[in-house]
Amino acid sequence: MALPKLEELSRSVAEDPSMATGSVPTREWMDIPVVFKSGNYAYPAKKDKVEYLNSQKGLSFPNARVWSPEEDDWKLPENWKEIILNGLKERLDKFRSLKIFMDCCVRCGACADKCHFFLGTGDPKNMPVLRAELLRSVYRNDFTLAGKLLGKMAGGREMTVGVLKEWFMYAYQCTECRRCSVFCPYGIDTAEITMMLRELLHTVGIGINWILEPASNSNRTGNHMGLQPHTFKDNVEFLVDDVERLTGRRPNITFNRKGAEILFITPSADVFAEPGLYTAMGYLILFEALGLDYTWSTYASEGGNFGLFTNNEMMKKLNAKMYAEAERLKVRYIIGGECGHMWRVLHQYMDTMNGPADFLEVPKSPITGTVFNNAASTKMIHITEFTADLIKNGKLKLDKSRNSHIKATWHDSCNTARAMGLMDEPRYVLDHVVDWVEMPENTIREQTFCCGSGTGLNTDEIMELRMRAGLPRANAVKHVHDKHGVNMLACVCAIDRATLTSLMNYWNPDVRVCGLSELVGNAIVLDGETREELDDGLRTL
Amino acid sequence: MKYGAPFLAVIALVLIAWLGSLIPGMQYVFGVVFPYLAMAMFLYGFIRQVVYWGKSPVPFSIQTTCGQAKSLDFIKHNKLEAPDTNSQVVARMLLEVLTFRSLFRNTQARIYSGPKLTHESSKWLWMFALLFHYSFLVVLIRHMRLFLNPYPVCLDWLEFLDGIFQIGAPNWYITDICLVTGLVLLLLRRFCQTKVRYISLANDYFPLFLLLGIAITGILMRYCLRGNVDVVAIKQLAVGLATFQPTITADIASIFYIHLFLVCALLVYFPYSKLMHMGGVFFSPTRNMRNNTRAARHINPWNPDIKPHSYAGYEDEFREFMVDAGIPVEKELPAKQA
Amino acid sequence: MYNKGLIVPGLVVFVIIATFPFWYNGLSAGPVPKPELPPGGEKQCVAPAEVMRSEHMSMLNEWRDEVLRDGHRVAVVADGKEYRKGLQTACMSCHTNKEKFCDSCHNYTAVQPYCWDCHLTPANIVAKKEKP
Repeated sequence: MALPKLEELSRSVAEDPSMATGSVPTREWMDIPVVFKSGNYAYPAKKDKVEYLNSQKGLSFPNARVWSPEEDDWKLPENWKEIILNGLKERLDKFRSLKIFMDCCVRCGACADKCHFFLGTGDPKNMPVLRAELLRSVYRNDFTLAGKLLGKMAGGREMTVGVLKEWFMYAYQCTECRRCSVFCPYGIDTAEITMMLRELLHTVGIGINWILEPASNSNRTGNHMGLQPHTFKDNVEFLVDDVERLTGRRPNITFNRKGAEILFITPSADVFAEPGLYTAMGYLILFEALGLDYTWSTYASEGGNFGLFTNNEMMKKLNAKMYAEAERLKVRYIIGGECGHMWRVLHQYMDTMNGPADFLEVPKSPITGTVFNNAASTKMIHITEFTADLIKNGKLKLDKSRNSHIKATWHDSCNTARAMGLMDEPRYVLDHVVDWVEMPENTIREQTFCCGSGTGLNTDEIMELRMRAGLPRANAVKHVHDKHGVNMLACVCAIDRATLTSLMNYWNPDVRVCGLSELVGNAIVLDGETREELDDGLRTL
Repeated sequence: MKYGAPFLAVIALVLIAWLGSLIPGMQYVFGVVFPYLAMAMFLYGFIRQVVYWGKSPVPFSIQTTCGQAKSLDFIKHNKLEAPDTNSQVVARMLLEVLTFRSLFRNTQARIYSGPKLTHESSKWLWMFALLFHYSFLVVLIRHMRLFLNPYPVCLDWLEFLDGIFQIGAPNWYITDICLVTGLVLLLLRRFCQTKVRYISLANDYFPLFLLLGIAITGILMRYCLRGNVDVVAIKQLAVGLATFQPTITADIASIFYIHLFLVCALLVYFPYSKLMHMGGVFFSPTRNMRNNTRAARHINPWNPDIKPHSYAGYEDEFREFMVDAGIPVEKELPAKQA
Repeated sequence: MYNKGLIVPGLVVFVIIATFPFWYNGLSAGPVPKPELPPGGEKQCVAPAEVMRSEHMSMLNEWRDEVLRDGHRVAVVADGKEYRKGLQTACMSCHTNKEKFCDSCHNYTAVQPYCWDCHLTPANIVAKKEKP
């Protein structure tokens, strides 16, 4: 489906009758079936990818097949309902969060207008509360006394194929950004609900290719892009060439080097496509300026983890490579590059899943001597923490004027903001490298809006949906663009760098997107550099 | 159906208690048997539900950070919104439970043509919720005067403050008015706000109607239908219930039995409904966990034994390319046959 | 992580609070008020005892409004006997002992009427008169 013109979508969002514009559907939500048509769903996972993943030890991705959401028959296993209900029971026993979030909602509606998908689509089922009710109604019917006794009267409903299709539709119109959980009086986190829905859907063979293909790539080649070791190395070396061309200094890089002090892992998108490439150049310049003893890895060449968008087993399996590689290479600790969901996994899951990392040391900056006690157990620090500490200690020679062509604003990435609390470190760094302004108050920090395409929804077949879901973010950017002449949207997330670029191209074509390290790299004055005036910083051709 | 049925259900409860209490001998059932039964079911149901929650572990530390985490020394840590220690978590939880911190943050989104989106602060829901919950709490504590003998002197202070306007006799309570106002506002919200109306279920209307029924019958009994509302006899029954020697010493008006029966219905309904958010709010992992997951390891009791796709397997697949590209390998390529 | 060490104590605290009246009273219902009948032996009142028991406060409130605000000082006649509307003039002329009559129930049920913010009990009046 073609992406509507800007004027069309602008009008549609503000004026078409929808729940977000004040209209009310004539039917109850339980009575409105989902309709799949080209453009409103992401393509199902390819059969061979599902088969590959299912063949991997510790993973279960049954029912590989060719199927289409648009057809009536989804070729579900005969006993699909039993699988789903047993799967739900199993997950209730494993996750207290699920029980609490199923039982405690009072439908106060505080979350309703906090979701970017709801604001952009006006679809009532995109209100976080209803997204959860899709599952909660089934839970009530089969797992609570009130539901068993009173059925529909108590808000319960039978698990049917229609409900399953609804789950697929709306579990993939949520980016697990957790903005709603900030406002919920009981902290109900729709990300948990969506994760459970996606896990359950996978048990009957329903998943999307844009997630499962990168996941299987990452399992096999070490990164989502499927870059094989030599290609990965080539890609990084291209960036080294570029840095040399621009600055006259050729960053010294190594791969899979044993005995390096630090293992550096970043999302593979950073070495694969613009504008992430410039961020990666920023890393290279930074590490070169410091003479850091670090290595890249081709085996653990992915910071991101599409397992997080799949199920906890997949997440664990992909994540485990980081510690495995750190142990093999005998490094002291790990520095992670700029990525959102990667940092959710690293901050909240990695140590639990794959720790304890006894073979590593508590991270200590070799330049400033700062010990990062906040990562005492995980032994992995964020590049922004590392950089902020360097700046604080005056260890970087920075020339802010090299970013004078930029007026930036800061996008807090959902996961680093709401699942980590990394908010002021990047702001501290920004203050030292670029002229920047904040977006409006209720759209930043813990209230930041998602790019609209996270959790593996950054696929082109749902572009209209993405542009709608990204509208709240884009609109806040537009505000500072119009008011302060902002021309650059900076962030610390690889998915953001790709998806915000599409989003800006659509809604605010004058605003470009960059990673924080690009701005840092551009401002760094290297010893012995022969850098000329670069009107466009590291992007200068 | 969503609000009609719950409304009729509450009316039915009223009628049952009204007519039932008029049948000779049934006063004992409504005044003694049902309250004991309801209290037992409430305690059992509440404990059962909490144990049910407790039986599932919290496998991952999934706090929602609503402020700056503890990080470098020069970065100001937001201790309440991204707690790092247990005492900070307690403070965050107290703020959440006692002041409804998260609701206080509430905003209302509006979409104007352009499009232009705004997200302005909106504190109505927070105010209504506070009004209702605190009034209800005070009303509940005030009722202790009927269950405790002798009653503690602090109840006198509460009575004095709650009735400080000294309107009428019996003295009007501020919380009586606020309780009904809070409930009516919460109900109106459900009726009038399109989004809230659309998401509301019968389960949302029933407790509101039931609580309104309780409040209204209580108010009627105190201020309007005084006939045969002998407070001494009522207290004798209440204290009797609390000391397992219940007696009904007078002919008490039906309005009392209706009020009591609705309260019994609330007690029975409570543990099986969304009202368990009272207990659940303490269990929410996004609020009650420390944001120190990189500093201290959180344990998942069912952590599955899953190994990564091994480096050896990876190298086996790509060794040739790696050697060609000059990437170090663990195992060299087999020597080429001449 | 199951947090058993928090959940179990938490539940115990909850049950203790929820059952507070049960253990606070210690299975003893305590004294039941026995309001003193009029020392003068009067048997008649403005209304039957049951009505007075549940509605005296409303009646006094109405009397107060009628007498003080509207100036209707017409006496109440019950069973041929005339009563002047008022706490001191009607009620306390028979029920002379506030402590033994009024307070016995009020103290039992935690009621603190503000009657005596203005009114004097017969004992107060006597005490006042004795003072020069």
